[in-house]
Amino acid sequence: MTHAAEEWVFAYDRTWESLLTAVFDAYALRRFPVAFIGEGEVAPLFVSVHRVVPDEEKAGRVFRTLQRKLSAGALTCLTSSLYAELPELDMPLFRYVCKAVKSARSIETNFADPDVLFVTNTYRNVRRERLRMMQFVRFQKTADGTYFSMIEPDYDVLPLIVPHFSDRFSEERWLIFDRRRRYGYYYADRRPVRVTFDDSAAIFRLPDGRLGEELRDADEGMYQELWRTYFKAICIKERLNPRKHRKDLPVRYWKYLTEKQR
Amino acid sequence: MKEDTLRKLKILAESAKYDVSCSSSGTVRRGTKGGVGNTVGGVGICHSFAEDGRCISLLKVMLTNYCIYDCAYCINRRGNDIPRATLSVSELVELTMEFYKRNYIEGLFLSSGVVRNPDYTMERLVRVAKDLRTVHRFNGYIHLKSIPGASRELVNEAGLYADRMSVNIEIPNESSLKLLAPEKDHASVYRPMGYIQQGALESAEERKKHRHAPRFVPAGQSTQMIVGATGESDRDILSLSSALYGRPTMRRVYYSGYVAVNTYDPRLPALKLPPLVRENRLYQADWLMRFYQFRVEEIVDEAHPDLDLEVDPKLAWALRHPEQFPVDINRADYEMILRVPGIGVKSARLIVCSRRFGRLTGFDLKKMGCVMKRAQYFITCGELEAKGVNELHPEGVRSLLVRPKGRPKQPDGQLSFVFKEEPV
Ligand code: SF4
Repeated sequence: MTHAAEEWVFAYDRTWESLLTAVFDAYALRRFPVAFIGEGEVAPLFVSVHRVVPDEEKAGRVFRTLQRKLSAGALTCLTSSLYAELPELDMPLFRYVCKAVKSARSIETNFADPDVLFVTNTYRNVRRERLRMMQFVRFQKTADGTYFSMIEPDYDVLPLIVPHFSDRFSEERWLIFDRRRRYGYYYADRRPVRVTFDDSAAIFRLPDGRLGEELRDADEGMYQELWRTYFKAICIKERLNPRKHRKDLPVRYWKYLTEKQR
Repeated sequence: MKEDTLRKLKILAESAKYDVSCSSSGTVRRGTKGGVGNTVGGVGICHSFAEDGRCISLLKVMLTNYCIYDCAYCINRRGNDIPRATLSVSELVELTMEFYKRNYIEGLFLSSGVVRNPDYTMERLVRVAKDLRTVHRFNGYIHLKSIPGASRELVNEAGLYADRMSVNIEIPNESSLKLLAPEKDHASVYRPMGYIQQGALESAEERKKHRHAPRFVPAGQSTQMIVGATGESDRDILSLSSALYGRPTMRRVYYSGYVAVNTYDPRLPALKLPPLVRENRLYQADWLMRFYQFRVEEIVDEAHPDLDLEVDPKLAWALRHPEQFPVDINRADYEMILRVPGIGVKSARLIVCSRRFGRLTGFDLKKMGCVMKRAQYFITCGELEAKGVNELHPEGVRSLLVRPKGRPKQPDGQLSFVFKEEPV
């Protein structure tokens, strides 16, 4: 016999498909989770665990309902918020989807609803980090002509900036590598592909992402020097404003910024 | 291109830095096959921020800082004994391309001192832009400063390659301008502005007929006024801005707090620090005109010709008009909500969207990003009403919101909101 007040925790892999499957399961099994855990995380005591198995069919049904209830912009907001990789997003996102499915009219602009507000704000943070990477990626030209950049974004936004750089540098070969998440995108012949490297690869031995002389194009050092010179020259000394400088260019990004390297 | 380029770049960036325009906004251009770059539209991308807090979006540099003119407010005037340099067309093109491919910049902002004559100089500026677009198939952003006195033909050619062009007014009042820059007058500024406007309007017409007709300065034009070098009031400055924004292609007016570069010139005031607070207030007022539907007469008038340095112009307006408050958050029009101090465009939009679902409380407003510390005196939302601007009187509210004197938050000249901060 099961407990009347049984508490459920859903285990899922933090993908969009699993989240939608979780919503389907919740309604089909009349089991609503009190919390989510990621794969491999240990469940709290005294709760039952429901393992969400991502299912295209189930997810698809929930998604089609969402499409009827929400605007395209709100859907992007939901799917992109996941790149924040925030465990505390699980429940608000789940509840948001449930409410949207049940509601007769779109709830996406009801910012007095804490779940809508939280998901929307998370999405904004992801967008901001994406923009920061579009700003702060610095390429170095390698000896074979590939442009290389190392990043360490707060959220997992690399996939979100690949379309931008594919359009911008469509004729070049480039590699942007997320050091913390240990994967990158390599773009060549007009096509980006996701890449990973062995632990022993040279890429993990570049502490500030800088290529040594032997790895880089003969003129690379000169252009870095030109850029640093420009960066210093363009500043008006009478207007120094270190506070604003640090606000717009947070210190945690300096490591990989050519103009901040010595 | 080695040591020598480094030296020239240093000199010519230092000479160009007093032009405050930096934006790469206003054009959307996708990448093309065989080309390099794109332009993202919107507000553009800032790639870095200099230590003075200004954004670095474009490679802002002069072609040369030699100049035959002697404008009193300019570091590059011919009478100044400063290092001079000239970059060649190919050096400029190469620098732009190499910086761009490393994602340092969105494009190029090129200006120049006047050498030999205006057309000779303008022609070289145009050549740089033309080479970038046609030889290197560069799709990034190009901002060209038009040389005062350049011919219509050259301005028209420049417009085919540039995203934005600018002609700086510098001094809002013509007699002051003539005093400080004897070789210039307002006609030499407004004439090229007119060429640019006409070119852009004609191209827009053409493009209605043929979709592939060439674009002409798709991001429009901008201008700059120096603040604090001459005696104009904020009302003079803002009235001119307002008139300029009334023109079809004028997108941005920049305000540049005068940096005393030529202290020896008796025609200019000896300022220790540039008037940064005033400059910031002007940007806020400009912002109110462009995004908050304020008319210039509401911001400055005969009785108040200068902006209040102590409070931002939106709060200043509210304090002069207590009869407009309190505003009922759950009922008032969007336009009126936007006028509440402490509520910006973003929160105002959230408010009008959300209140359809139910009454909003002060708690909701806070979560939506309203600055309640200010807004509380100007709103009602049907709950724990604090005393408002009418009970406390405008002077009372002002003293509550202005930082106590003698305890500046930061050392002089380093206010945190010094640059283009949105007034909320
Ligand atoms: S023409 Fe331009 S560069 Fe020459 S002195 Fe005047 S403002 Fe300076």
